[in-house]
Parts: sequence; structure tokens; C-alpha cells
Amino acid sequence: MTTPVEQERTQVDPAVDEGAAEVGAEDRPWLTIVWNDPVNLMSYVTYVFQKLFGYSREKATKLMLDVHHKGRAVVSSGSKEKVEGDVARLHAAGLWATMQRES
Amino acid sequence: MEAWKRHGAQIVGVLDRQEAALVRGMVGQIKDMLDARVAEQPEDELAALTGIRTGHSSPPEDPILARLLPDFHRVDLDEHGELPPSAAADMDAAAAMRSLHEPELLDRKTGVAAVVLRTCPPDGGVARLSEEEAEAWLTAINDVRLALGTALQITEDTPDVLPEDDPRGPHYGVYQWLTWVQESLVQAVVGGDEFAN
Repeated sequence: MTTPVEQERTQVDPAVDEGAAEVGAEDRPWLTIVWNDPVNLMSYVTYVFQKLFGYSREKATKLMLDVHHKGRAVVSSGSKEKVEGDVARLHAAGLWATMQRES
Repeated sequence: MEAWKRHGAQIVGVLDRQEAALVRGMVGQIKDMLDARVAEQPEDELAALTGIRTGHSSPPEDPILARLLPDFHRVDLDEHGELPPSAAADMDAAAAMRSLHEPELLDRKTGVAAVVLRTCPPDGGVARLSEEEAEAWLTAINDVRLALGTALQITEDTPDVLPEDDPRGPHYGVYQWLTWVQESLVQAVVGGDEFAN
């Protein structure tokens, strides 16, 4: 993972941070990642994305193909609690999912 | 068995005696493994008082159980084969997430297995499933396939037909049959939705 070590910083000096691309770690959303595995069926993974997230067939299929071809895909994002719940539901469905902060 | 078919609100499949025994046997084995993990959960006096359960904080050592109960965080080695600086925090977070969520995950996985054992006719015959039961079957059959896939070390490159002398042959046949059963069940479940809309 590439997440930098979190820093205790309550104030940001714009002069110092000018041009810096990173946002404070606390502001960055969490991501739900699904990883490719050789067992899960393409049809089943698409079905799970539709069922759990209410995605259209088209969007679910695109995400499934991303997992299949790129090895991983971000399937949802948001607060830590939301993403934690999404990962738990994906685990219940048998998909290999993890959570991480957006880098 | 022929492909699962939707009849109105029900999803129907016919299994012969051997197929039913196979499904029940495999699903039962997975349920036994999960039940054993439940039985080993740490006892916690506070949990008894509050009702908030605390599960294992470490992943199962058995690779099959570890695949069924994955970590919430992934820690990869860097290009030098070493743990990145964030690894310790990620592993702590994964342990905390596991102890928080694993009890419910175990409940859900043993729950879907129990649905299959209840609805799959012991001597073969017709299985008539509600939408919810069909979804339980999908998950439970998928869990069996994950377990077999791990045990047989199946990869993207595993051929459809193994060489004759490959000792995995008989089990691989079971795996492939379950793949077909699951695929057919997905089509019956999803197809129904499409016609309804």
C-alpha cells in the first residue's frame, strides 16, 4: 500500500503547502477494493455488484471486467463506516475485498 | 441435473441422489469448518454482558478458512520484498476489523449453508427455492468452490481438462460440476429479474 504515514497536523500553512497535491489524510475518502481471484464466476461477481450496490447491469459488468483484466477495481467509496460495511457484505458473498484510503 | 429454471417466484432444480449427496456433503463440510472456528472464538466476559461479540483477531492458519474469512486490509511487500512503513498500522487495523466483523461473517456463512442443508432433498429430487433461498445457495455453493479452488490450487491457467495422471482429477470434476450448478443458478436468478422488469 502506498498510504503515507498519517501526520498529526491541525493547521496547514498555505505558504508551506503551496503546490502540494496531498490532502490531509483525514479528508481522503476510503475505498472498497475488489481483487481478482481465479474461482469467482464473472456472472456471479456482476450479480453481487448489482445486488449489493444497486448498480445497473452495465456498471456492474464494467467493474467486474476491471477486476478481471486489471486485477482489481474500486467498487465503492466514502466514509470509513460505509466502506467497512461494504467490505463485510462482499466477504459474505465470497468476494476478495479490502479497504484502504484513497492515495 | 438440468439447468435451474424459474417458475414464477420459485427457482427449481432437480438433483439425482448422488448429486444431492454431493451438494449436502460438501456444504456440510464447509459448515463444520466454520462451526469449529466459531467454537474457538475467544471468550470475553464483557461480551457476555454487553452482547457485543469479539471474534478472532488473527486470520485462520488453514488456507481454506483464510480464503473464506479474508482480512479487511491488504499488506503487500514493496519492490525490495520488505514490508512498507504503513504495514504495521494496516495489520493492526485488520486485526481490529476481524475481531469486530468475523462473528457476523461466520453467522452468515453458516446460515447459508444451513439453508442448503434444509432445502436440498437428502435422497435427491426437486429443490424448490424462494428468491432468498436461491441467493443462499449461490453463496454456499460459491463458498464450496472457493474452498475446493484453494485446496486444488486452481489458477487462471488451470486447464479445463487435467492430465490423466493428475491426482486432483476427481475433485476437479466435482469443482467443475459445482461451477456449472452455480452458473446455471445465477442465470435463473438474474434472468427472472429481467423478465420482471
